[in-house]
Amino acid sequence: MPFMVAFVFAYVTWLVLTAGTNGLLWSTQELIAGLIFAGIIAYATKDVVGDESTRFLNPLRWVGFIAYAPVLFWGMVKANFDVAYRVITGKINPGIVRVPVELENDAQYTILSNSITLTPGTLTIDACPEEKALYVHWINVTDPHPESSEPVAGSFERWARRLGR
Amino acid sequence: MNTVDYLIYAFLAISMIFNLLGSIALHRFPDVYTRLHGATKTTTFGTIFAVLAVIVHAAYQLRETGNPKYLQMALHSIVALVALLLTNPTGAHAIAKAAHLSGYKPVRAVVDAYEDKLRGDSE
Repeated sequence: MPFMVAFVFAYVTWLVLTAGTNGLLWSTQELIAGLIFAGIIAYATKDVVGDESTRFLNPLRWVGFIAYAPVLFWGMVKANFDVAYRVITGKINPGIVRVPVELENDAQYTILSNSITLTPGTLTIDACPEEKALYVHWINVTDPHPESSEPVAGSFERWARRLGR
Repeated sequence: MNTVDYLIYAFLAISMIFNLLGSIALHRFPDVYTRLHGATKTTTFGTIFAVLAVIVHAAYQLRETGNPKYLQMALHSIVALVALLLTNPTGAHAIAKAAHLSGYKPVRAVVDAYEDKLRGDSE
């Protein structure tokens, strides 16, 4: 199964990169060459990808990621204007806070910490799954000891829990 | 000039404003962590709009001329955007963690829970 996951991802990437190079869609040669290259890549990486990766073939998960994109984008818009205001006025109140989170696996930690880092004003410095906490550099500390991720990340923790399951 | 051109110029203007703010942030903020906020993230946001401008331009040209190179242009920009969105937070996180482990303390920090944790681990 890890072979199939790597194969599908490699082949889709190949199709995206070669569309439009020779006619509007793909020629037969391109499709066959893609099959060969995707097969080589999938064989080489099947041990790295691992067994758990099969859950990423679930189409419901992709619908979830697409639904998450506008939420993340709106968070970025709000936060970017906040940081723009701080750049212009120089009003900062920085600090590193410990944010306790309720997550189960590495994928959820990755999604949440990358979302926190993408929204300006917060920057994940370290994730500690063993003590269920993230260490976040926050440019405007309003609560030095937050009880949950709500003041730092808003609704992102619920999304990360749902998407990484 | 038609509506599509105005849309492209608007996206490019937003992109340039935020990239400029990112550069100003490098000068105004006091330490490596706050500079990372400005330098990595407002520029990510600006680059999203630059890519949007490219996509709008390519989609419009594809519709007008039917030349498949514009489809390639739009798809490659989207691939670049996805790569940027995945690598940028990871890089910022790596720089911040490395800076903290090398002993750079956040300037004017009101709280530094990570320092407390590291000190607790070493004792």
